[in-house]
Amino acid sequence: MASFKPTKVPFLPKLGEKVTEETLYWKNYKSPVQIKEFGAITKIDFSPLPPHNYAVTASTRIHIYGPHSQEPIRSFTRFRDTAYGGRFRGDGKLLVAGSEEGLIRLFDISGRVALRQFKGHTKAVHMTSFLSDGFRVVSGSDDLSCRVWDVPSAVELSSLTEHTDYIRALAPSKLNPDLFVTGSYDHTVKVFDMRSGSSVMTMQHGHPVECVLLYPSEALLVSTGGRYVKVWDLLKGGQELVSLKNHHKTVTCACLSSVGNKLLTGSLDRHVKVYNSSYKVVHNFDCDASILSMAIAPDDEALAVGMTNGVLSVRHRRHKKDKETLTSRRRRGPSYQVFVKGKNFVPRQDDFLVSKPVKQYLRKYDKQLKSFEVSKALDTALQTWTRTSKPDVTVAVIIELKRRGTLKNALAGRNEESLTKILNFLLKHIFDPRFSRPLLMVGDIVLDLYQQVFHQSPVVERLLQRLMEVLGREAELQQELLQVLGILDTLFTSLTPRKEVAALAASPVAQESQLQAA
Amino acid sequence: MAITVVSVKKVLLLRTLPLKLNEEVVEEYGSHRFMLSHGCRFVLCASGDLVKVYSTRTEEWLHSLQGHTNQVTGIALNPANHLQVYSCSADGTVKLWDFIDGILIKTFIIGYPLFAIYVSEKHEGVLFLHVSMATDSKNECFQLVAVHLPKSAEQEVEAKEMSVVSSHISSNPSCTAFGRGGEYIAFARRLQLNVYFFRKQKTCSFSLKATDKKGAQNAFTCITCHPTDDCIATGHEDGKIRLWRNFIHKKEYTYSTQHWHHNAVNTLCFTPEGTHLLSGGIESVLVQWQYGAGNRKEFLPRLGGSILHISASSDGQLFCTSHSDNKITVIESSFKVCGVLQGLVKGDAVLTDLMIDPRSKALVLNGKPGHLQFYSLLRDKHLYNLDIVQQEYIYEAGLDQFEVAKAAFDIKGSWLATVEERGQKSSDLEFFLKLWAFDERTQSFVLNTTITAAHTDRIISMCFSSSEETTMLVTIAEDGQFKAWCQGADADTQQNQNFWSCDFVGSYHNLKPTNCSFSADSSLLAVSFQEVITIWSPETWEMLTTLCQPPGIIRDLCFGRLSCSKYLLGTTTRNLLCCWNLLTCALEWSSSVEVSKLQPDPLSENVAAFSYQSKHTDLFVFKPSEPRPLFTNKNVCSEKVHRAVFVPREELLNNCDESSQWLNRSQLYFLTQNMDLLTFSTATEEDRMLSSSKQLVIDDSVAVTPFYLLLGKHRQQQQKLNTQSHPAADKPQQPQGSVTIKELLHTPAHVLPAASVLCSMFVNSLLISNTGVQQDCLREEMDSEKEEEDSEEEMEACDSQQELRVQGSVDEVMLKLSKAQERELKRVRKTDFSWMADLIDSKP
Repeated sequence: MASFKPTKVPFLPKLGEKVTEETLYWKNYKSPVQIKEFGAITKIDFSPLPPHNYAVTASTRIHIYGPHSQEPIRSFTRFRDTAYGGRFRGDGKLLVAGSEEGLIRLFDISGRVALRQFKGHTKAVHMTSFLSDGFRVVSGSDDLSCRVWDVPSAVELSSLTEHTDYIRALAPSKLNPDLFVTGSYDHTVKVFDMRSGSSVMTMQHGHPVECVLLYPSEALLVSTGGRYVKVWDLLKGGQELVSLKNHHKTVTCACLSSVGNKLLTGSLDRHVKVYNSSYKVVHNFDCDASILSMAIAPDDEALAVGMTNGVLSVRHRRHKKDKETLTSRRRRGPSYQVFVKGKNFVPRQDDFLVSKPVKQYLRKYDKQLKSFEVSKALDTALQTWTRTSKPDVTVAVIIELKRRGTLKNALAGRNEESLTKILNFLLKHIFDPRFSRPLLMVGDIVLDLYQQVFHQSPVVERLLQRLMEVLGREAELQQELLQVLGILDTLFTSLTPRKEVAALAASPVAQESQLQAA
Repeated sequence: MAITVVSVKKVLLLRTLPLKLNEEVVEEYGSHRFMLSHGCRFVLCASGDLVKVYSTRTEEWLHSLQGHTNQVTGIALNPANHLQVYSCSADGTVKLWDFIDGILIKTFIIGYPLFAIYVSEKHEGVLFLHVSMATDSKNECFQLVAVHLPKSAEQEVEAKEMSVVSSHISSNPSCTAFGRGGEYIAFARRLQLNVYFFRKQKTCSFSLKATDKKGAQNAFTCITCHPTDDCIATGHEDGKIRLWRNFIHKKEYTYSTQHWHHNAVNTLCFTPEGTHLLSGGIESVLVQWQYGAGNRKEFLPRLGGSILHISASSDGQLFCTSHSDNKITVIESSFKVCGVLQGLVKGDAVLTDLMIDPRSKALVLNGKPGHLQFYSLLRDKHLYNLDIVQQEYIYEAGLDQFEVAKAAFDIKGSWLATVEERGQKSSDLEFFLKLWAFDERTQSFVLNTTITAAHTDRIISMCFSSSEETTMLVTIAEDGQFKAWCQGADADTQQNQNFWSCDFVGSYHNLKPTNCSFSADSSLLAVSFQEVITIWSPETWEMLTTLCQPPGIIRDLCFGRLSCSKYLLGTTTRNLLCCWNLLTCALEWSSSVEVSKLQPDPLSENVAAFSYQSKHTDLFVFKPSEPRPLFTNKNVCSEKVHRAVFVPREELLNNCDESSQWLNRSQLYFLTQNMDLLTFSTATEEDRMLSSSKQLVIDDSVAVTPFYLLLGKHRQQQQKLNTQSHPAADKPQQPQGSVTIKELLHTPAHVLPAASVLCSMFVNSLLISNTGVQQDCLREEMDSEKEEEDSEEEMEACDSQQELRVQGSVDEVMLKLSKAQERELKRVRKTDFSWMADLIDSKP
């Protein structure tokens, strides 16, 4: 004698992106905090010291925010024109920033007034940075020159004018104080060595370079420009490792996560993309406006994105601790200890074990199905919680009723209220390719059963009309898709050379598109 | 020439009879001497032309009662002797058996085909039989006949004395029943219930309307009578049970109706005390109604196939239900299943091929609805059912159920692919392709992948690749495509799980594929599309060549094995068997045979072809390399053969005979359309089987009592000793003590001497003595002498006889203790005395 076999809820894979560990990691951010700045945000830089404040350069000022504050802790407002490229020194105590008028200013984090001003550039300075020794500042300017400044004396040490267009990207080496990388609108990326006083390596990016980035090992270099993100192998003399084209507008910024060195790129197409170590996109953040700048905090605690409309959006990482505190507040039942009481007893070796008969636990709808109460089972499956959060369970019960040949009985004899429930469920899920077949059948049966009495209830009538409209629209859509499929088929057949085997190869593709159409 | 060597053997167990006459009896059997519990020991069951005896406790088949020449249609216990059973058969005989030892006691020849048998305690020496009197089979006319058994000592007796009780009765044997110890007999036919009273010699009949107001059908389906009360319970086609009372007065009869079954009630049975009524039907739920308590009932659901028959043992300890799926369930009176006797499950149809599980070497085919059954051919035993559909089975007539339509094993037996289908009749076909992985730990198959929409139309056939390294499944479907499925080919899911996914989709000019086959080394795949065979390379999925031999659609395809692996065989619908050479891509030979099934032997080059021509099936066994058959057997059976399988042998046979050489490595089993599983076996095998069945001796013919257990231990030790000393002996030597013990246990209690007298004898019997054998035979002589003595002293009063006998046994004990010489002396004296008496008699 076998026991009752409960209704099987089939697991049907959803079409769309697959859930991986990486996507779970990157999904684990809270909804973004939005802070309004005065103008387009051109640069964001995190302080290397905890608590990891970050400097946001926008319009004529630089604001420094704390990790969780929405108001700036400190702001530097002594710029006459637009400020650019505010960056911290390695110890987080000094900040350097360029500006539209060509001046480079050096600030103490605790002060207000600039400690030093480096004069020499004739045009706007978009990029400034400390070299890794901390005593020199390097800057890239629109006057095609790249200059190195001494911090203590505020004098220019050297000027490099190898680029032939604006310099808009700069990255100093962290391992060697004499090395830095620049990217320019002349489509080249150059590696400069201060010891030789000239560039030691030049790479052709092919598009105006917007951002350059060195991996912590400094063997790999990332450059972004146009719609392309390129990764170069410096140890192989600047060989192109990979070229990525995942954005459909200019990629403006890139940064590396500190956990596992994942590359993130932001673009004017309003997306931030996260790549895995084999440079496949694993996650995507959507923003409201074109992205100009982006930075990620150490340990990936926060992701700050600056946009053209002056909105700074900061995503903080969600911690398990937060969740636990939330749930512990909600739970009022007995503690875990109560449930495991006596169950964690481990029998000794020579103990004789008397096993309890295993009780079969059944869901409520299964119990009702077991006793052939079909209408009640359908009611249970259509309860609000199941209906909304687990539609597959509801559909599984419908399929089971169909299999038993009692679906008609279960649907018959319902009042207006329960009929609206069913119709609402149909409206919501009838286009889901996983559910459409059984649900269309339900729709048919409902129409058959209640044909005579529909006009008595305006609510039901309205729902039916809506159902008819959406079904009509869906049918049109399907027709269009079939037309597209036909076009594709002809294209494929004309593309492939006239060989029998090749014609066969086209069929899986066609089938795939059919699947999508369905 | 070969029929003498090779004979067809039936391996079916527990065949369900077409007339639903499958009757089984649970018999209580035990000795009365020690006042022990009435143990229900045996289940008797009619199966084909045999009556099989099973043990209820071990669920083992003990032996069968052989002798009838046609189907056994009914069995009934002899009410006069509870160790004997009557069986009636369609061959027109009733046989009386001792079912414990399997001995035929008597045969009564009736002369008409018999269809059921009823007996009653009150009518000793009278059998009630269903007899078909019709000359032509069209208008069936059954009669209930009372047959008086002639008292004669002969083995075979013709029973002539017959009287007709009723000339129009239902063909269903459960529509007749004896009431209240045989005072009346009730039988129903369609809408009429008749009660025949033996004392008054008259029949009362009650009839129901064909339908009542609600449109229910009132026809009778079964009848049973209360053992002590005047009450008849009847089951009806609409599922109602009616309890008739007061039917002695024709005008004042009443009945009450109870309704639980939603379909026809197949069987009814009262418990021996009459406290409960058991009923069963197609729902496979055993319902226990409390008698006289109205609607109170208990259920035992999900027993298997629909219940055909229920019987209760005479002490009410056990119930037994027989099911349509070739099963007998033994149920305790506390409503708990305590045993299942399962034969080869016979569903409505075998949709899958016959397959051999490469691991267990079991035969695999459709079993219970939605299951695959694993059946060990070696032990002739049902092993287990694998649940494929994994859904609650709803027992309802006319409901469209999921059925396992296709199944295939890979070469190592680590993967099983199944296709389940629903809605063959209606337009919307639902089917699933499932892949099962063998789990080493649980030693069974576990579901690995379910593919919901493998094809857009029905899957026609599938096969696994035959290479050991990579497993690949190819399915062909009516949508004109064939698909190759591989394990773990999906790169998108990052976890390294062994799921199956589609690797390749192929088609050929949108033709419908008909069959597919892998070559022996799985370097080639042949897929037939209507009249064309396409050959593919599974590595690159390139089509290599096409073969075609019009006209006629290709039906079966198979590659040759071993030395014949360059050949491809195909059969077409236009009676053609073709053999292509794959090296030259040309037709090697063809022959005009209508082949219904082509089956290659995996262990040799041989291929078996079943051909169906003019209402009988012929078998040809041949090698693809030569068009001349190795072995031909005309007229194997009269039905078409669609399923066949070669079963590898455990040990190779060494047959030199040319015609049976093909059976050396494997055995051919095939299934006819009548669902009979047949096989070929050689003469030597047959002999071995017969001898092994003779060796089977039932040893435990003594009821289990504390006393028996005590003795049993002793006996076991002795047997062990015996087997150690004579390992080659066919039958263990009968232990010496057991004769005494048997006598002790089998003699009625009232004739036994006092326990104090017996004690010393009993203790003595337990001792192992060297002279035991001698003593035994001596004692037997003593017994015969004692009888002589009795006959001589007939003239003495009857009262003293009892005393004398006790005396005799005391003497016996005394004698046993005394020396053998003394006994001999006594015997001499006794013989002297008799001789003297003779002399005295003769002198005057």
